[in-house]
Amino acid sequence: MVTRSPYPHWFYLPAAVVYGVLFVVPTVTSFWFSLTRWTVFDSTFVGLDNFVTFFREPALVKGLTNTLIYGVVTSGLKVVLGMLLAVLLTSQIAARGWLRSVVFFPVLVSTIGIGLTFTVLMDPVDGLINQSLAVWGISGPAWLTDPSWALLSVALVDVWKGVGLATLIYIAGIVSIPAEYFEAARVDGAGAFARFRSITLPLARPATATVIILSLIGGLRSFDLIWAMTRGGPGFTSDVIASVIYKQYQAGFYGLSTAGNVVLFVLVTAIVLPLSRILNRREVEL
Amino acid sequence: MRNRLIIATISLLALAGCSPGSLGSSDEDGKLTLTFLVDNSAESLKPAEALAAGFTAKNPDITVDVESRPQGSEGDNIIKTRLATGDMTDVFQYNSGSLFQALAPGQNLAPVTDQAFAGDLDENFKATVSADGQLYGVPFNASMGGAILYNRKVYAQLGLTVPKTWAEFMSNNAQLKAANIAPVIQTYQDTWTSQLFVLADFHNVSAAEPAFAADYTANKTKYATSPAALKGFTHLQEVHDAGYLNSDFASAKMVDGLAQLASGKGAHYPILTSVVTSLAADHADTIGDIGLFALPGDDAAKNGLTVWASAGVYIPKSTEGAKRDAARQFLAYIASPEGCAAFAQAGPPSGPYMVKGCTLPADTPQAIKDMQPYIDAPGGSSLALEFLSPIKGPALEQITVEVGSGIRPAADGAALYDQDVKKQAQQLGLPGW
Amino acid sequence: MRSRLLGLLAVVVSGVVFLVPFAFIVLTAGKTRAEASRLEFSWPAQLRFAENFLEVVRARDYMLIIAYINSTVLTVASVSIMVVLAAMVAFVLQRRPSRWTGTVNFLVLAGLIIPPAVVPTIWVLQRLGLFRTMPGLILVEVAFGLSFCVLLFRAFVATIPRALDEAAILDGAGPLRLFFGVIFPLLRSVIVTAVVVQSVTVFNDFVNPLYFLPGDRNATVQLTLYNFAGQYSTDYHLLFMNILLITIPPLIMFAFFNRQIVAGMTSGAIKG
Repeated sequence: MVTRSPYPHWFYLPAAVVYGVLFVVPTVTSFWFSLTRWTVFDSTFVGLDNFVTFFREPALVKGLTNTLIYGVVTSGLKVVLGMLLAVLLTSQIAARGWLRSVVFFPVLVSTIGIGLTFTVLMDPVDGLINQSLAVWGISGPAWLTDPSWALLSVALVDVWKGVGLATLIYIAGIVSIPAEYFEAARVDGAGAFARFRSITLPLARPATATVIILSLIGGLRSFDLIWAMTRGGPGFTSDVIASVIYKQYQAGFYGLSTAGNVVLFVLVTAIVLPLSRILNRREVEL
Repeated sequence: MRNRLIIATISLLALAGCSPGSLGSSDEDGKLTLTFLVDNSAESLKPAEALAAGFTAKNPDITVDVESRPQGSEGDNIIKTRLATGDMTDVFQYNSGSLFQALAPGQNLAPVTDQAFAGDLDENFKATVSADGQLYGVPFNASMGGAILYNRKVYAQLGLTVPKTWAEFMSNNAQLKAANIAPVIQTYQDTWTSQLFVLADFHNVSAAEPAFAADYTANKTKYATSPAALKGFTHLQEVHDAGYLNSDFASAKMVDGLAQLASGKGAHYPILTSVVTSLAADHADTIGDIGLFALPGDDAAKNGLTVWASAGVYIPKSTEGAKRDAARQFLAYIASPEGCAAFAQAGPPSGPYMVKGCTLPADTPQAIKDMQPYIDAPGGSSLALEFLSPIKGPALEQITVEVGSGIRPAADGAALYDQDVKKQAQQLGLPGW
Repeated sequence: MRSRLLGLLAVVVSGVVFLVPFAFIVLTAGKTRAEASRLEFSWPAQLRFAENFLEVVRARDYMLIIAYINSTVLTVASVSIMVVLAAMVAFVLQRRPSRWTGTVNFLVLAGLIIPPAVVPTIWVLQRLGLFRTMPGLILVEVAFGLSFCVLLFRAFVATIPRALDEAAILDGAGPLRLFFGVIFPLLRSVIVTAVVVQSVTVFNDFVNPLYFLPGDRNATVQLTLYNFAGQYSTDYHLLFMNILLITIPPLIMFAFFNRQIVAGMTSGAIKG
């Protein structure tokens, strides 16, 4: 290392300063805060009490399963629908550009705005969705107010909003597959479905990994859409961990809430880290 | 390249630095501007703006700028954070009672005990904005009641009488249901409205168990174990199980509930009387049809009204010098008949004013007038529990939604609420928890 | 023929699924208060776009205008800083494996996974005197957005042949000239993607401004929505007009970069 590297370490520095001060320091202090009971005005050390209370929080067990359901449903649907849409939008169909725009556009709109809009559209009686279903003689569920539907309804809106990004990632993945593969397959007489199964599906695996990881992280941490649409309700039936944490925060239980933050952090890490290892390993094997 | 980039970054930061609030105006010579933070509901903003205008008309050298904050717990956090950072507006409006106590008043607020207006305040109210013998606030707008608003026209048509006991109430409900009118209106999209069966029942609880508030604070009695307190939860479950709720209770909002009540589609709406303002604004033609009665309990003789004290207006310690004097002047104005007149100008009162010398205007809606007999009768009213005990669990509204929707049985709900309360008590560091 | 039919079907289905909600926003924004409150999907009986527009803009003392200025400054500044800093990190991270690489990778992943702790962040900002200031909020947004950008850029730096670096170094370029003169321009396509995605995130952010830059004078556009939802919870025509107005900037951005977002993401990959 006599000559100076063309890739100097100080390139890390500006980002490290901002990130360290405003993300790492608060995160580390939050571990300490999670062991205290504190108001904005003062704090006392209470050991692991907050974690004990948090795990006794009746809504938490519900919140825990809901978080997993939400994460799996949204990321699963985004993978499947994103892949299908991407295949459709990379094929020779009419109005391809227009369709790409239409599918991607919801990604850009404010989550709160979308939440408010869909709350109105999903109204059990006056809402557009159930009114349209009624035209076909179907009596739609009370999307957001029926305890057994509420979480699923929010998850569907999440997919509606986020599938554009998944599609985009898949389009990028599919377009980067060399066209010769498809041609060779076509010469071999493979049909559209066979080409999809033996070329697109395996070669788009990096895209699948990205979509799964990103949407799983987003899904497990998801909060603002749930908050805008149901506030975890009715009652506690659509609460996820993030909304439980937020409610503790709102109630002024800062220590308890940061303890919840730590729990969520552990949960997301425990799921996402091994998963990303597995997904990336397969990528290398290909 | 690099220089250009640095310059671009610096100019962006410079631009950023000067932008927020650059449309705001600065003080002119000899003039003073007080900032006044209130929550962003129309019920608070309108009176606040009326106060600001009235005060400046009287004191041309002082202008009052009304700022708004979100309602609910988000607003609580903003208030606490701004107080803790010494960054509060010159004057601010906030709840009295337990939420006020949570502000650490001794540490953050400037007392007004020695001010002339202190003697003009209602004693009940003074208790809710005092800590360690010091008085900190004046009442923002009138007091309010938690009670059942009912449609008097419907009552007249069906020949019903105002119930004094729960049994009478349920028999009225049965007749209303037979007449195809929703007996009890619930609106769970505004979750706070679900709590009234529990919170507004407190007069009945304390009539049956006078020591409840003190024992409850000391962890000696609980909602799940006190027969009187549990009633609120069981009543909520009863009206749901009997099918007495409006069909859209899960998706309705408060405004929908008011519309149903005003039109006579629904007969009873347990709610806070602060909503009478919007009722009067949106249903001016039928406001005369709406009356009020206290939540019925077991004993007709002890039935009475649960009252919520007004919110307070406070001065933070960070307001100093000439601004503090001006702020005191503003508080004196609020706690005077002129202040009450400004409140009345912004909308009908939600109950009697808590300042001596203030009277209800002649055109006060019937529902509010119906409160007066309860308040005049000895032992006819009590302050709500949240003014007598510092503990109020934050999740009550979710729990009452579950009980009122048939998701969770009443006894379960009460037990769950007791757990919720425990967190609050521990957070406050109360003895015995 | 079959593909054309399929295309037509796709157009119709996507139209219904993705555009009807927007049509609903637009239509409701143009109705009278009474008509809007019925929540019907119908053509407004009276077109009230102009009146509703003025009412929303004038509400709370022209708060929306101030909010637009604040949001624009916030978005432009934080995204510019974020993109440059992240590209620098991604460049060194990809090119130079060292004892730092593991740590940096860990921090990047941590930034994606860990939910930010709000109150400790406020505490730090206060210590720095940046709480309730626009630069403070800008830096917070930069800190929260860095991870995503680094991740996005790192993959694309990998697609830039090292031969280009070597050529530039032979020409005597130092690290700064190598990065800003050679690499950064080559990242253009992915930068467009990052800029669009992050601009939208920052512009649509609602929680961070609420906590780190409170106060009406400091409101960002999402907070105006918040105020509306509280203040006019029944005035659907104004609420939807407000949603419509704050959707316009992302719409313009999208119209501009639409082609480049997809092309950008893909072209980089192809070159690799």
